[in-house]
This record gives sequence, structure tokens and C-alpha cells, in this order.
Amino acid sequence: MEKIWLIIKREFFTRVRKKSFLITTLLVPLAFAAMIIVPILLSTSSSEHKLIAVVDKSGLFENKFPDSKGVYFKYVQNQPVDSLKLHYSELGYEGVLYIPDFDINRPSGFEFYSSGQASITIENSINKDINSIIEKKRMELQGIEPSKMDEIRSDVEVTFKNGKDEKKGSSWVSYGVGYASGFIIYFVLLLFGTSVMRGVMEEKVSRIAEVMISSVKPFQLMMGKIVGIAAVGLLQFFIWGIFITAIYSLIPLFFSPESMQAAAAQGNPAQTAEMVHRMREVIGSINWGLLVPCFVLYFLGGYLFYSALYAAIGSLVNEDASDVQQLTIPVTVPIIIGIMIMMKAVQDPGSPLAVWGSIIPFTSPMVMMARLPYGVPGTVPYWQLGLSFACLIGGFLGTTWLAGRIYRTGILMYGKKITLKEAMKWVVRKP
Amino acid sequence: MNLLEVKHLKKHYDTHKAVDDVSFDIQQGSIFGLLGPNGAGKTTLLRMITGIFYPDEGQIFFNGQKFDPENDVQYIGYMPEERGLYKKMKVGEQTLYLAQLKGLSRKDAVQKIKYWFDKFDINSWYNKRVDELSKGMQQKVQFISTVLHQPRLLILDEPFSGLDPINSNLIKQEIFNLSQQGTTIIFSTHRMEQVEEICDHIMLINKGHKILDGSVKQIQQDFKQGLFKVGLGTMPNPAQMATYHFNIVQTHDKAFTVKMNEDSSTNDILLHFIRQDIPVTYFEEILPSINEVFITQVQQTENSNAPVAALPLA
Repeated sequence: MEKIWLIIKREFFTRVRKKSFLITTLLVPLAFAAMIIVPILLSTSSSEHKLIAVVDKSGLFENKFPDSKGVYFKYVQNQPVDSLKLHYSELGYEGVLYIPDFDINRPSGFEFYSSGQASITIENSINKDINSIIEKKRMELQGIEPSKMDEIRSDVEVTFKNGKDEKKGSSWVSYGVGYASGFIIYFVLLLFGTSVMRGVMEEKVSRIAEVMISSVKPFQLMMGKIVGIAAVGLLQFFIWGIFITAIYSLIPLFFSPESMQAAAAQGNPAQTAEMVHRMREVIGSINWGLLVPCFVLYFLGGYLFYSALYAAIGSLVNEDASDVQQLTIPVTVPIIIGIMIMMKAVQDPGSPLAVWGSIIPFTSPMVMMARLPYGVPGTVPYWQLGLSFACLIGGFLGTTWLAGRIYRTGILMYGKKITLKEAMKWVVRKP
Repeated sequence: MNLLEVKHLKKHYDTHKAVDDVSFDIQQGSIFGLLGPNGAGKTTLLRMITGIFYPDEGQIFFNGQKFDPENDVQYIGYMPEERGLYKKMKVGEQTLYLAQLKGLSRKDAVQKIKYWFDKFDINSWYNKRVDELSKGMQQKVQFISTVLHQPRLLILDEPFSGLDPINSNLIKQEIFNLSQQGTTIIFSTHRMEQVEEICDHIMLINKGHKILDGSVKQIQQDFKQGLFKVGLGTMPNPAQMATYHFNIVQTHDKAFTVKMNEDSSTNDILLHFIRQDIPVTYFEEILPSINEVFITQVQQTENSNAPVAALPLA
């Protein structure tokens, strides 16, 4: 036990002390922060004055454009358009909006001049404003009062509740959380599995393997590496968790609610506003107390299940790195199938494909994580969760046993190219 | 007293017999040479002695007890032929790690590392990464990490490969020192000149079988062919050389290599020259080198495809 502890420590510290660990650990929360902060900063920075000259021949739009988001409109009456087009930037304008004297039933000939391509935001808001002004004018002409129109408009939203306690839920939230956690597990399995494989390859290629196993058992060496790398992963998740919670709770301190709203309105206004609203709802509506421990367990279970197989593959590889591709296929394919089932399961978490995918240990870490946010025991009954765990534990005991037997022989095989068929024979052979 | 006793050890791979019924003893404190051509089964044998492989049949006794890999590995230092170090690790950390895996406490290990690094004058390497060192330097570190825990049995598989003559000598000297301090050493190689120089006792294996086993001196005696070199003051004419006591094998400048007939004695040869009044300047027995013994023995087993009894050649 003492020896395996030494191995775990070495695997852990050599990785944690690497620069690349520091970089990825810091970079991910930074990227997350940037995803939230950058739109806000952009919206605040664009509040510097953008003045647009409006030449209105129709007289319909006088003082009708709302100044917003740092865009201001100035109505210019007594200047010819052609000279304005030439000199607008000298006069301090960002661009010139030309409105001809048009027929209300067939509006056309609206033009906007600027030095560069007008931004999508300006383009959208000008189009929207012109159309709503024309609509209003038409309503007036038809004798419809705008207040009547507002009364007619419908804005109903169904509240979806689930479970006995009628907890307010939202499939959108479940979808998002399920998809994200399933995807993270997929990513982690590939990333850390490959990391284990590379570690084993390094030991074999640098010829330290035989030196090592004259002191420790091959199984100890393999498990030490697997556990050490798992510890690195958990530490990384832990740091990310702290960072992300910190950033999320600090954001409102730095930015006023108005600027948050502004940021939301910057993109697709309705959708983004909805998203901000939903994001807050996520925190409340998801059962984090169940989801976080399940995530950790499925991460560990799935990782142990696959990393042992990756270790076995690593032990088969010789100097020729091109073997790696071919040998990893039988391990990578089930993971990819898993992510594909996950994508289906997140849309329809009750389907037989999703249910079986979340029980069979080859795919369960990804698929179950996609289903869990839809609710336990609503969507995922307890027996399914229990069976899934039991299968996963049985599965990783099986794969580590199998991998250990391949590993102990493979790690000492030099020079010769080893096929999987040959490796399977080692499983039953005495070392 | 025997530190290691190996009895009827067998190991098969599929249909191939890597080690087939090999038995031998190694005396405490001796340097034991394990010889054999490539693929003879040396590495498999060593892996069983170090607990890496389990024998299919047969027993190993370590220090009088049945060999227990779990526990006894701490008394064994093994430098395999395929050896290496973690390339990205620092030299000091690496030796410390390997020593701790052999059961040394951190404090003990640090002390021993200091002793050996001082001895080899490599303290300045402590914080260097292994891949910053030359191959020869890495070999030194490898040797140190093999002997750091003061093993009772030190197994060296081709220890001099990749070393220049100066470093070879340094390691050779350390092997002698350790042997004098009571360490038992198994030295596996196919470089024969080193064997004669270093080993007390040798065993030759080929195709998984033991071919011969004995002390270097004994083997040379067993395989000698009655060859002598006679130095002469003046070269005799051919007519003076007619005798049934010996035949001339080779003629040198003022010397002959002769093969003595079985029922003659060395004095018969000397008397032959003295009677003819030819001055003898020197007379020496030519013993077969281990290399010659090795080659003839291996060739014989190759031809017969079966083990031959270790009988002296007539």
C-alpha cells in the first residue's frame, strides 16, 4: 500500500507541477469569465456617442427614432444629402440615414451611408424602428388605435412543474445542464484516458517499466498512475468549481443590472434576456445536491472503466506511434457511441435507447448525466440509477482486471508489434 | 552458504520453452556470470529471480527461505538490459523515488544518495533533468539507483553497454567493492572478456537449457586441449622436430604452439628440445578463453539441438 501511495504521489505531483496544468486550470475559468464579461464590456464601450444624421424628406420620422444604446439621431433639414454624404464624418456623424418621400403603402428607397459596413446592431435597430413607425402610421390610417393593438397581443408562457411537490421546472434548463454534463464527461474520459495511455507509453518507451516492476507489482504501477491522474482531474474540477462560482457571484458587484440588461439586449434581445432570466432559474430549479455527487461518481466510475483500458492499450504500443491510432479504436468507439446516445437522450430522456444507454457501463457515465437533470425519481427511477451504478462498478472492476493482465505482459514486450488478438491471449496466461 | 538456490525452474511461452529445467546455486558474496547467446533465456530466468515472472515449475530459495517476491524484492537490486529513467524527472527526485519504492525511508534514502553522489562526484546533477544528461551519465544514475538500497543480491544485465572505458572501469571497481562487502552479484552478459575478468563462477545457458556451470578456472581446466607455447633461442630444422610427444599446431617467430599427446607429459616436451640442445626461453600452457568454450559449446548445442553433457573435450 505504501508503494502505491508513492506512485500516486509521483503521478499527481509531476502533473500538477507542469506549466500546462497551471495554464489549463486558469484558462478555463478565464474563458468562462470572458464569455460573460466580454459582451457586457462591449455594450458599455459602445455607449460612447454614435451620432447619426437623419435626412427625412417624408417628415414622418421627425423625432421618432428612440436614442438608445449609445446611438443618437440628429435630424438635419437644411443640408443637401449629396454634400452630407461627403462630409458627414467631418461633421461628427457616424453615418447618414436617408429617408425619401415615400408612398406609405409601398415604402422603398431608404438608404444608410457610412464609411464602413454598418454594425449588425445598428442595422437591426434602424430597420426595426422604421418598420414600427410605418406600422403605427398605417394603423392610424386604418383607424386602429395603438393601445388596442397592445391589448390584442398575447404573451402567454406555460409553467411546467414536475414531481409531487410541483417544483417549477423547465425542460430548457434540464436540456442545458444534461447536455453540458454529458459532454464534460465525454471530454474528460477522452482527455484523461489518453493521459493515462501516454503515461504508460512513456514508461514503456523510456524503458523504466522493468526497473519499476522489479520493485512494485505491475498492477500497483498501473493503478497508481490511474488514481494519480484521477486526483489531478478532481483537483482541476475543484479549482474550476471555486473559480466559476466566484466569478458568477462577483459579476453583479462589478456591473449594474442596467448594463447586464444592456448586454442581454445587445444580441438577440428577447432570447438573451430570456437566457439571463433562465440562468438565474437554473440555480434554483436544478437539484444540485444530487447532481454534483452523481457527476463526481460518474466521472470517477467512467474514468476508472476506460482509463484501465487505455492503460492496457498504452502497454501494447512500441516506439512506432502510428500503432496508437489503430489500437485505440476499440476503446474510443464506445465513447463516441456514448456521446451520440447522450445527444438523443437529452432530447428524449425516457426512450428505451436512453434508458439502456444509461445502464450499460460503456455509455452510462455520459447518458445518465444527460438524463439526471430531468429529475429523480421522475424521469430516472431509483432502480435505474442503482442498477447503473452497480453495472459501472462491476464494469470497472472487470476492465481493470482485464487491463491489468494485458498490461503486466505488454509493458515488458519490446520491439515486436503486438496485435489485440495476441493481447487477449495474455489475459488467461500466467505471468 | 548459498544466497540463492534455483531448482528445476521451467517457464514456457505458448509452445516455446524459454527456460527448461535449470538448476544452480549462488554462493553468498560471489560474482556469478550468467552467459548465453541472444534468446537463450537469460532475461526470462532473471525475471523469475526478481519476481517479475512466476515460474511454471520449480522453486527458488532466497537466503534459505522459499522466495517471496512481495517481501524479498527489497533485498534485490535489478538493472535490466532494457533500462531507463523518467526523462522529465530530476535526477535527485528520481533516485529518491526509486529508493523509496525499495522500502527505504526518505531520510535514509537522502543520506545514501548523498554518499553515492559524493562518491561519483555528481552532486551538481541533483537538480538536472534526466534528459539533460548524456547516455553515459544516465547509466551512472541508473547504477546508483540500483545499488542505493544496499541489496543483498545485485543483478546486472549487460551493465557496461553504453559506457565508455573510463566509466566502465569505474562501475567495474564498484562491482568489486560491493562484492567485497558481501553483496552477491549476478552478472549477465555475452561479452566474454569481461566474464573472465570479473566472475568467480559462471553458468552457460542456451535455448533454455543449462550447458555448463562451474568456476572460471575449473572450466578452463576442463576444456583445455593440451596446448603449450614454447619459446626457443634458435629455430630448429624440421628434421629435429620428429617426436610422438607433441604436434606443432602453429609456428611463430622463435616459438611454437604445440599440442601434447595424451599419454605424454610436459617434461617430455621440454626434454625433447633440451636433448637436441635447442635453448628454451619460455614455456607456458595455453588455456581456452571462456569465449572459445562458449562458442564451441553453443555451436554443439545448435547442431545437436539437445543439451550436451559438460564433458571436457579430449
